[in-house]
Amino acid sequence: MDLSATLHGLVGGVLIGLSATWLMATLGRIAGISGIIGTLITARPKGDSAWRLTFVLGLISGPIVLMLSGGGLGNVAGGAVDVTGQVIGEPAGGVMLMLVAGLLVGVGTGLGSGCTSGHGVCGLARLSPRSLVATLTFLAAAMITVYVVRHIIGGGA
Amino acid sequence: MKTSTLKPVMGYVAGLIFGLGLGISGMTDPARVLGFLDVAGAWDPTLMFVLGGAVVTNFIGYRLVLRRPSPLYGEAFQLPTRRDLDGRLIGGAALFGIGWGLSGYCPGPAVASIAGLTLPLAALLVAMVAGWFLARAVPTSA
Repeated sequence: MDLSATLHGLVGGVLIGLSATWLMATLGRIAGISGIIGTLITARPKGDSAWRLTFVLGLISGPIVLMLSGGGLGNVAGGAVDVTGQVIGEPAGGVMLMLVAGLLVGVGTGLGSGCTSGHGVCGLARLSPRSLVATLTFLAAAMITVYVVRHIIGGGA
Repeated sequence: MKTSTLKPVMGYVAGLIFGLGLGISGMTDPARVLGFLDVAGAWDPTLMFVLGGAVVTNFIGYRLVLRRPSPLYGEAFQLPTRRDLDGRLIGGAALFGIGWGLSGYCPGPAVASIAGLTLPLAALLVAMVAGWFLARAVPTSA
């Protein structure tokens, strides 16, 4: 096991948990990314959009801060040599694959009312049965998908 | 300062900490995420520690915060109340999982990676937004 990656994962995970707690303490909201951004874009609720927009700006500035800090925590986490490539990894496929994947991610998180953050980080912390089922379902579906892509279609690479 | 000014500030701070967490944990690297999902390959357990660290921290955090009568800059805590399971939840989660497994991107890391925008990532983001609009068009009874 890669101890450095594990430690960085734990530290990053604790930060994500603190962010979710912070958003609940200050605004009383669940830190679900698909919900926050999806509602901002598709519904633009009056008087309830400004914090969603600034949340997105903050989310984007996190990795930028890590990149600018150079050689800092974020750089080690990716395990690569190139600074940019470390913090923000390369997409795993081309445009067509990403179009299909993006559509599935959008429709799926829209219908299922949440993603890894809303159901995973927040829902599990609230001991929500719906979030537990959703999290187990998308984890299983993702693992099966990777298995099919890498080991059945890809021939075990 | 007025609450209307402070709300967006609190939102920014939450987003920033979240983005830092994603970057530090390596979750903005799809290869690392796919390495976790590839249980039959060279398995990378990192995501388990990220999710575990986040859930445990937030579990403790919520227990402390939700004792208070209301949030600091809002009228009430807005918590989901449904406890039933339906096809929309499970079907949606399954579709999301397939997209996640194909790309290694869930919504958080995808949006947080905009500073390193590539054509494939742009395609994923545009399609994801289209998917959110599509999901809204599906009747709730379906």
